[in-house]
Amino acid sequence: MNFPENLFYTKDHEWISIDGDIATVGITEFAQSELGDIVFVEIDTVGDTVETGKVFGSVEAVKTVSDLFMPCEGEILEFNETLESTPETVNADPYGAGWMIKVKMSNPSDRTDLLSAADYKALIGH
Amino acid sequence: MSDSATIIKKTPFFEIHKALGAKILPFAGYEMPITYAGVIAEHEAVRKNAGVFDVSHMGEFILRGPNALDLIQKTTSNDASKLTDGKIQYSCFPNLDGGIVDDLLVYRIKEDQYMLVVNASNIEKDWNWLKQNDDWNVDMEDISEKTALLAVQGPNAAAILQKLTDVNLSEITYYTFTKGTFAGESNVLISATGYTGAGGFEIYFDVAKADKIWNAIFEAGKAENIQPVGLACRDTLRLEMGFCLYGNDINDTTSPIEAGLGWITKFSKDFNNKANLELQKQNGPTKKLVGFQLVDKGIPRHDYEICDAQGNNIGIVTSGTMSPSLQIPIGMGYVPSGYSALDSEIYVKVREKLLKAKVVKLPFYKG
Repeated sequence: MNFPENLFYTKDHEWISIDGDIATVGITEFAQSELGDIVFVEIDTVGDTVETGKVFGSVEAVKTVSDLFMPCEGEILEFNETLESTPETVNADPYGAGWMIKVKMSNPSDRTDLLSAADYKALIGH
Repeated sequence: MSDSATIIKKTPFFEIHKALGAKILPFAGYEMPITYAGVIAEHEAVRKNAGVFDVSHMGEFILRGPNALDLIQKTTSNDASKLTDGKIQYSCFPNLDGGIVDDLLVYRIKEDQYMLVVNASNIEKDWNWLKQNDDWNVDMEDISEKTALLAVQGPNAAAILQKLTDVNLSEITYYTFTKGTFAGESNVLISATGYTGAGGFEIYFDVAKADKIWNAIFEAGKAENIQPVGLACRDTLRLEMGFCLYGNDINDTTSPIEAGLGWITKFSKDFNNKANLELQKQNGPTKKLVGFQLVDKGIPRHDYEICDAQGNNIGIVTSGTMSPSLQIPIGMGYVPSGYSALDSEIYVKVREKLLKAKVVKLPFYKG
């Protein structure tokens, strides 16, 4: 499995890419693999400011559903609307076209709750 | 199952599943393959081609002797006296409190010899239930541990399996079976049953022949690209057909009448709790198991609340998924009888939101 070095990760299996004060968030390859075929990504928090660790949406696979947790506090600017018609993109390209939200970070320099690729791999036993 | 003594069992195909890279999880006390290539791909393989399920976790009991039928008639809701040799019946064990101990298949092997096929999670419970009801000291044998079971399902299943046997599979009609030589092994039971609505067969044989028969089926189905398929798609396939899953849609507290299993509940004979069930049928049950599809976007899941338009709880979802074949969210659940008519508007509470749904006719998938 692939866990790019340039991303940060959370214990809840999200990844976050930080560019200035804008973060892009998705779920990891491990997460999509555990969920199986993803059929619905529901995010209705665009415009809201959500705290770290709070639910910003949910991802539905055929057999199960999982909440999505904010890796950092911030205002949700955008939802990847291509996932409305092609949620399976999250399975096929979790770090690329399968991104889920863009966030304006409240504290761009605060990375206390974030894991490196190596730490995340250790967490999931890879 | 007592927690201290729980040992997770393995089917005879466990090493094969592992080598194939299956996602394996404990289910009903067994390490079972849940998916291989992915639930949607496997679901489609069964609907359009052919897939092989290892369902060796299922329980099989042999009942022999002149009173075997008496015990079956007392404990099951369907009328097993109608069976002739080689015929199969879907049935259930009603309990004495209005619920269901388990659902099962009854095979008439020959006069005075039957095979009961029960759910893996209920093997011990069913065995004890039969013993408790046995007024005749019937000869009963639990052959679950020595019986392997593969469900080969899909429109191409028959043609693939035909390469492995001289038995004319086209003569084995739905819900009948025969014993014969299969893949060079004698005494294999070939049953035209399944749990998918996709056609095909279930093959019962001695666990010692497991590797040989698995390999023979995959060799025979190579050109057709037969696939190993797991329990995840078994669930989506059965749900598209509106088939009940014990533990989800039926259990110790749901009656066969409420569950829409009146067709396997025959009041022309005597059986456990007949009087109460007959009364329930006459009066009409207060709640009914219905199929529904969501109108709003979302996916219903087991144990989600069913509500009226005002958000008052009126029932519960027993099974739900995104239907891979139909690509719509579907579910089954119990609602008050007043909401059970087709097109009735109900709501499912998904993460505190009320999503509109409508009652639809089963099966969801009509082929």
